Amino acid sequence: MSIQIKTSTLEPVRNTFAHIERRFGDKPATRYQEATYDVQAETNFHYRPLWDPQHELNDPNRTALKMADWYAFKDPRQFYYGTYVQQRARMQENAESNYAFFEKRGLAERLPAEVRDLVVRFLIPLRHLEQAANLNNMYGTAYGYGTAITQALLYNAMDRLGIAQYLSRIGLILDGNSSDALQEAKGYWMNDAVWQPLRALCEETLVQKDWFELFLAQDLVIDTLMFNLFYVQLDEKLVADDGQDIAMLTEFMQEWNKDTSRWLEAVLKIAVSESEENKTLMTEWISKWRGKAAEAFAPLAIEMLGEDALTIALAELDKRVAKAGIK
Amino acid sequence: MNKNKVTTMAAKKLSLKEKYSLLTRDLDWEFSYQDRKDAFPMEEFEGIKITDWSKWEDPFRLTMDAYWKYQAEKEKKLYAILDAFAQNNGHLNVSDPRYVNAIKLFLTGISPQEYQAHQGFAHIGRQYGGVGARIACQMQSIDELRHVQTQVHAMSQFNKYFDGFQSWSNMQDRVWYLSVPTSFFHDARSAGPFEFLVAIGFSFEYVLTNLLFVPFMSGAAYNGDMATVTFGFSAQSDEARHMTLGLEVIKFLLEQHEDNVPIVQKWIDKWFWRGTRLLTLVGMMMDYMLPNKVMSWKEAWEVYFEEAGGALFKDLARYGITMPKYAALVEKEKEHISHQAWWTFYTHGHATGFHTWIPTDEELDWLSEKYPETFDKYYRPRWEMAKKLEAEGKRFYTKALPQLCTTCQIPMLFTEMDDPTQIAYRDTVYNGDRYHFCSDGCKDIFHDEPEKYVQSWLPVHQILQGNCGGPGVEQVLSDYYHFNVGADNMDMKGSPDEKRWKQWKGVA
Repeated sequence: MSIQIKTSTLEPVRNTFAHIERRFGDKPATRYQEATYDVQAETNFHYRPLWDPQHELNDPNRTALKMADWYAFKDPRQFYYGTYVQQRARMQENAESNYAFFEKRGLAERLPAEVRDLVVRFLIPLRHLEQAANLNNMYGTAYGYGTAITQALLYNAMDRLGIAQYLSRIGLILDGNSSDALQEAKGYWMNDAVWQPLRALCEETLVQKDWFELFLAQDLVIDTLMFNLFYVQLDEKLVADDGQDIAMLTEFMQEWNKDTSRWLEAVLKIAVSESEENKTLMTEWISKWRGKAAEAFAPLAIEMLGEDALTIALAELDKRVAKAGIK
Repeated sequence: MNKNKVTTMAAKKLSLKEKYSLLTRDLDWEFSYQDRKDAFPMEEFEGIKITDWSKWEDPFRLTMDAYWKYQAEKEKKLYAILDAFAQNNGHLNVSDPRYVNAIKLFLTGISPQEYQAHQGFAHIGRQYGGVGARIACQMQSIDELRHVQTQVHAMSQFNKYFDGFQSWSNMQDRVWYLSVPTSFFHDARSAGPFEFLVAIGFSFEYVLTNLLFVPFMSGAAYNGDMATVTFGFSAQSDEARHMTLGLEVIKFLLEQHEDNVPIVQKWIDKWFWRGTRLLTLVGMMMDYMLPNKVMSWKEAWEVYFEEAGGALFKDLARYGITMPKYAALVEKEKEHISHQAWWTFYTHGHATGFHTWIPTDEELDWLSEKYPETFDKYYRPRWEMAKKLEAEGKRFYTKALPQLCTTCQIPMLFTEMDDPTQIAYRDTVYNGDRYHFCSDGCKDIFHDEPEKYVQSWLPVHQILQGNCGGPGVEQVLSDYYHFNVGADNMDMKGSPDEKRWKQWKGVA
């Protein structure tokens, strides 16, 4: 058969699917486009959910935010499943070699006792906050609208589970797999007075109903403050206290934050530039959660880093909000 | 704690179970500031009693780092093959252009349901209070997203060269026969979180998935479709995880409380019946749409349900679970349903988004051999008549729109199994309106939740009510379904698909 000769001249009948062509014109599409746009069903739902009869199964009205086209939320990373897992696999490979190096060289044993205590009291309890973040991003995945944003929320949810597990592994490295450090850290999370406002805030996020508001509360407000306080300021303190080796174990979180920030900031910008109504709504939501989060982080920030720490973190949040064109 | 403890202690070796428990189960905490029921509000309304989530046995213990690693390796291999398939015009290697219609049915009928599975598992992956079960569901959610996306990518190449793929997104929630799988998943997703998992995780993924997945993927392998079969192999290890989750949930629910047993049995009965109705489309695909046959629908049912399912239900008997209601009836149906379905699609081929055709003489002989009890007696004569009409230039299309079953939404095409010349027909009156059903099974399901099924968006009713454009069927097909009328529909013979294939292959 002369297939090879013919294939070189075989003209396609069309370049891509009809819905992709309507959006981007009659040209070859990217895999991100074909995996994302108009994948979620939009009409003719047969039955109202027993668990939420006020809404359709897929319903844009589970948030007060309004978008003319929910597929405006293009992910600048262009993550679909395949690109997402391959990118994270590279990050985990790096993390794995860091953890292996840390363990092989017995670096836990060289940590000053104060550093170990700082890590157990302040870093490891974050794994519970990460679990709340996992649930809150799953919430947006399940009740959000349009594959463009819901798939990115799912990737973020899985990232947060992964981070919770990395934090747990730090505990296991420090306690020689006895789980003592994890139990001690959980004790702080449950009972230590400086942690309680933050735990209460996490519990409060878990009973929220509006998924976009929740996205702002978790992924913008809480996460920006959390990242700055723990992975920037606490990290600096650990370095100063001769605990710089811990940074090997949190490199994954550093990379994750860089990567996720690109997406987060794009979403904010797109949502706010859609309409004045969105801008007003988002301003209200952000201000509400900024207030709650500032209170919740305050005792912890003071205990962990001192009086100015929260101010620095809040400035970081305000900068990010302003950059998105809010306020 | 002092530093000495760290320095002197050799690291303890953790078992996988202990390690997974510390990395996952231990992340949860008891609430102090909110009512936990407000955070997980959906656990009780179905009547299911969970007394202790900690009894959940994790069916697989996969941490995220391992998940990323394994799945990325699979994706790398899969996309390398999809790239090679496209570069080498792999679509030219399929056995026969009729085969491509089987995967048109897959992309339009199955892939959107993978997405619904992703959404449903995201929902319960948020709602379950037990962290172990919840995370297993989250992983299934992201796997299902993988499946829809890789299927779209695998079939993207076919879309460039064949008709009938291009409007799958618009078709999924509009086209008459696609409302069968769509309503199936809407039904599961709109149910409570435990019914969803029994419906999709157990009844569908565990009991029936081999009857969906294996036929399509083996069909691809037998018919030279490397893109689809590669996807199939790649998805298989995900499916294995999903099946263990499905089985674990059943055991967990049954062990948690004896009051759960009758509820679970009712759901198994319902979803078994709804599942077998849905699989009619697969049976038809296996017996009629694959130019190179894998096995008959009847054989598949015997291997994958009667043998494998029989053993499963024997195992579940110790919990008080019995074989699904109507399993005996389905044993009779395996002789008939694929023939009745393809005849319906053949005669409605003008309104169908893929091509239909009369089986070749060799294929008719194969069907006679595979269905010795029924094919020659009831079905072959129809095809002989259709052949005669076609030879006379009178290819037959029925003008009428079919009446649909309110529950499964399949046209009323099934017969009484003890009298294959009599269409089965059931009806009931609810709140002054009459509803029609294809079977006792579908009528039972309606009766259990009439307020749910009266909401059904029945495509034929909707056309007749003028909700799908019109005035004629042709406008519905072109403007509402987004078919390329004259290209996507009608007989394989004379279709643009067939003409192009002949050009590519250099045959007249």
